[in-house]
Amino acid sequence: MTATARSAKATVPSSVSQASPALHLKMLRQMLLIRRFEEKAAEAYALGKIGGFCHLYIGQEAVGVGALAALRDDDYVICSYREHGQALIKGITSNAVMAELFGKATGCSKGKGGSMHLFDAKRGFMGGHGIVGGHIPLAAGLAFSSKYKGSDQVCVCFFGEAAVNIGAFHETLNMASVWKLPVIFLCENNRYGMGTAFERVAAVTDIVEHACSYDMAAELVDGMNVLTVYEATRRAVERARKQSHPTLLEVRTYRYMGHSMSDPLHGVYRTKDEVEEQKARDPITHLAGRLKEDGAIDQAALDALDAEIQAEVEAAVKYADESPDPDPAELFTDVLVD
Amino acid sequence: MATLTYRDALNQALREEMQRDPNVFLMGEEVGVYQGAYKVSRGLLEEFGPKRVVDTPIAELGFAGIGVGAAMGGLRPVIEFMTWNFAVLALDQIVNSAAKMLYMSGGQINMPIVFRGPNGAALQLSSQHSQAWESWLAHIPGLKVVAPATPADAKGLLKSAIRDNNPVIVLEGEMLYNLKGDVPDGEHIVPIGRADIKRPGTDVTLVCHSKTLAVAQKAADQLAEQNVSAEVLDLRSIRPLDEAAILESVRKTNRAVVVEEGWPHAGIGAQIVDLIQRDAFDDLDAPVQRVTQADVPMPYNKLLERSAKASPEKVVAAARKVLYLDA
Repeated sequence: MTATARSAKATVPSSVSQASPALHLKMLRQMLLIRRFEEKAAEAYALGKIGGFCHLYIGQEAVGVGALAALRDDDYVICSYREHGQALIKGITSNAVMAELFGKATGCSKGKGGSMHLFDAKRGFMGGHGIVGGHIPLAAGLAFSSKYKGSDQVCVCFFGEAAVNIGAFHETLNMASVWKLPVIFLCENNRYGMGTAFERVAAVTDIVEHACSYDMAAELVDGMNVLTVYEATRRAVERARKQSHPTLLEVRTYRYMGHSMSDPLHGVYRTKDEVEEQKARDPITHLAGRLKEDGAIDQAALDALDAEIQAEVEAAVKYADESPDPDPAELFTDVLVD
Repeated sequence: MATLTYRDALNQALREEMQRDPNVFLMGEEVGVYQGAYKVSRGLLEEFGPKRVVDTPIAELGFAGIGVGAAMGGLRPVIEFMTWNFAVLALDQIVNSAAKMLYMSGGQINMPIVFRGPNGAALQLSSQHSQAWESWLAHIPGLKVVAPATPADAKGLLKSAIRDNNPVIVLEGEMLYNLKGDVPDGEHIVPIGRADIKRPGTDVTLVCHSKTLAVAQKAADQLAEQNVSAEVLDLRSIRPLDEAAILESVRKTNRAVVVEEGWPHAGIGAQIVDLIQRDAFDDLDAPVQRVTQADVPMPYNKLLERSAKASPEKVVAAARKVLYLDA
């Protein structure tokens, strides 16, 4: 067992942030982009422009943004169905993501995947996947391919805390550790699997502790602080890239919205007060406040940034709205390749 | 032309494809140090090393999914299941990940992966170890499914499967591994999607695949003694199905019996009967008959097991029925 695994339950290691002021501003912009994008997606959903399931990321932006800031462009990212944010930060344009939510031919999966199946293989965004925990083995497989080919690409796998109860999580962590695969298992613990509080269905509620079973390095991370997420992921990426060792990160976060657009924000499973209390820890407000204190940004610049992002997102909605549906012949393409 | 067992033919296919393409690797339970639960991978660890012949824990869901992820990363995994009975634990990865990846990514991610292992009943392994899964697997768009019956087809189809850029299910047979047959020398490829007439005939078509080829051939021998000329059509591929070959044979014989290892309800035979009634209705002189496993979990007792399985006698009876010989 590694020392890190033994101390898995330890609190967040304190460290001086390696993030530069420019990176701070970039991360602020990225979090705001996700927030505004998701708000627009909610509006479009209410208008019937987006169908099916639509799982929003509002409240959790610091996790995706902080983690992806620690990656290289050629690293792999693979996600569950709550993946709009990571897709945007991995470099898929707002237009292509929104068009996919609208089911249009110009979407990043040609309108065949939808909200839960965003893909951009060229950018290393290996999908949103719809079966809870089903993509965790895929992440280890991507890392296996990196190691096999002798590349130093790493893979970050985002999944929710509910996936920890799935067999695939345990089978994969075991093999990733036995085979020393360069993969980071990043659990976004937002406390609820749909409407079920984690502690009601999990014998072990400190997810980092599972790392001990698999002799794996682990960290518990404050997911409402983008810098903390960045630093922890950076350490895990270095461990993966240089030593080819996997890491389990438990990143504690909170989703402000319902599980999906068709679910209530609160009610039987959590209180309105709880949601409001968590919103007081908002990651965007937190970082913006800090940057203002540091003099890195002032309110006027922040307003201008927000306006610019809102314009980008509105343009994405217009683009998606005006894009064509897939050609009817597309129904039968991409089932098999020649 | 060399005489090889089905097992060694598969072994040759794996070895040749691993020599040909460094991205091909084999992963599964007992494939390396133990040399394969059924010795299909004998010698491969020694030749290719542990990087390319990977022993796994007993975790079908996990290693099937790791294979899918490796294929997403550009490798060409061959995932061995000790038997398809255990692969049921991995169906989420086969169905939800492998089969759908290309489609739901809008054509971005190819899935060049092979899932292989023995399928169907052996001898007295009882209910949980004796199941034929082809109708489950062939139901899924995005998968190809092959079920070779001879050493030559085993080698040629496995080589095709490994070179295919789509997920291919290779259904082998524990009872077939020791079967000997001629295998052409050199590069021997059997294209996926082509049936093969293993015995030409004129009076009735016996449609079969995998282990039921032997059943159909014995039935054809018995029918010959009764002055009935049976054509034995080996499907080899279940998906895509060689519909043209089935129709051509039925148009010649005007009668058909479909033989399979699986259960009757929603079985492969049902699909073939659907094809024949739709596209060769006017050519039929009798309703198509099916011979399947009895519609029960496989019993352990030897006599009960024998009566549950498809047999030459059942096929002969079905053939006589479509020929109205007992009317």
